[in-house]
Amino acid sequence: MSELVFEKIATLLSTKKGINKELINIDSSFEDLGLDSLDSIELIADMEEAFNVTIPNTELQGIKTVKNVVDGLAIAMKG
Amino acid sequence: MESRRVVVTGTGVISAIGKNTPSFWESIVACKSGIGPYASPFADQIRFKNGADVKDFLPSSYLEKNDLDLMDRFAQFAVIAAREAIQQSGFVIDEENKYRTAVICGTSIGGVHAQEQSYFELYRENKTRVHPLTIPKTMPNGAASNISMQLGITGPIYTISTACASSNHAIGNAFWLIRNGVCDQAIAGGSETPFTYTFLKAWEAIRVVAPDTCRPFSKTRQGMILGEGAGLLMMESLESAQKRGAAILAEVVGFGMTSDASHITKPDQKGAEEAMRMALRDGGVHPAQIGYINAHGTGTLVNDSMEVAAIKNVFGEHANRLAISSTKSLHGHALGATSSLEAIATVMAIKEGILPPTANFEEKDEACDMDVVPNASRKKDIEYALSNAFAFGGLNAVLAFKKWQD
Repeated sequence: MSELVFEKIATLLSTKKGINKELINIDSSFEDLGLDSLDSIELIADMEEAFNVTIPNTELQGIKTVKNVVDGLAIAMKG
Repeated sequence: MESRRVVVTGTGVISAIGKNTPSFWESIVACKSGIGPYASPFADQIRFKNGADVKDFLPSSYLEKNDLDLMDRFAQFAVIAAREAIQQSGFVIDEENKYRTAVICGTSIGGVHAQEQSYFELYRENKTRVHPLTIPKTMPNGAASNISMQLGITGPIYTISTACASSNHAIGNAFWLIRNGVCDQAIAGGSETPFTYTFLKAWEAIRVVAPDTCRPFSKTRQGMILGEGAGLLMMESLESAQKRGAAILAEVVGFGMTSDASHITKPDQKGAEEAMRMALRDGGVHPAQIGYINAHGTGTLVNDSMEVAAIKNVFGEHANRLAISSTKSLHGHALGATSSLEAIATVMAIKEGILPPTANFEEKDEACDMDVVPNASRKKDIEYALSNAFAFGGLNAVLAFKKWQD
């Protein structure tokens, strides 16, 4: 499942933000990818929509890497 | 032409903590917050449950049916608050002064209730036509124009839309118009009514609204709380006020505005600092003379620490003796109207010698280490005060007020 989530993130970032997919890996930080706070909110909103889950605001501060998004989605899907 | 002094002789308020200035001020002094579950048929579909909306508002008890038909909720609020301000001032509009009087009313989003209704009918109900008055009710200048029509004011009438700084820009513009002799009087401030499904959803999406309440400067703060309301100030040249023997509430002495040109939502400290410095310079006020700042204080992590750092840079050592507070913790963040409510709170603070509190404060944050007047108002005479507004879009507007002394 986490591979599917990662693939979705990479696709979104490459199509919406023009980031070369080859530069995106699981440990990439938003900062490494040149994403600011609004970009990250947009990414998380797209992921919520794609997987029909809700990531609460309280989790948001801790989401700073691609892995954080994958993990956040996993928790939200379980919840 | 010699620049003229400008004074405030009336204020009008509609807010979650009072539907006129006396009840608004009473709530501030008592630290009684208007934040709680908001009324919306869509509340169960929104992640955040609390707001500072205006409850039990019956427009027909203030306005005639024919006039009401022309006004969206934000215009109704504005007209009612403007009437209160002019009534308190005792100013009477006549043939001689009506072209010398301005109305400048800020709003961030204008008549969104009428707009929402039209979208609902077209997209949801598949109707093929909308109400014929949708345009005049929706237009952002609806508030300013309805004030002018209701009161018979025919001077410069316009709207300023600079997000959460709209009202401070409006009041600052009115101040400069009067000071420079373009007008003799102005009704200025702002009005906002953002509790529509679309706007609630939009604020949910941008992730800055607190799940419980607004706790500015507190370590436990989690964001802002949306509010609604209107605040209008009757402003006039000192000569105009004294000629009429009007009671003066406070003097407006300075206005500063800058922009960040950096990020669409993240505030920039330098822009905020320069706006405060400009307001001080404009008013010929030394930083050490300021006794109180009504902070922008949204209750978001980013704004509050940025604002405290900016204040410390502008005021240096004096910041240790300076009181600041955020009344957004009481009346919520009323967007384009918020700084008018805060300007009125500042005027009242100076006039009454009482510092407004920061409500809901729980725990000190080292990044916001200043006297924030936590959880209780405080008696203190102040001669000069600032009121800050730092808006999305990087737009900053700061007003400087002075206690009126004969």
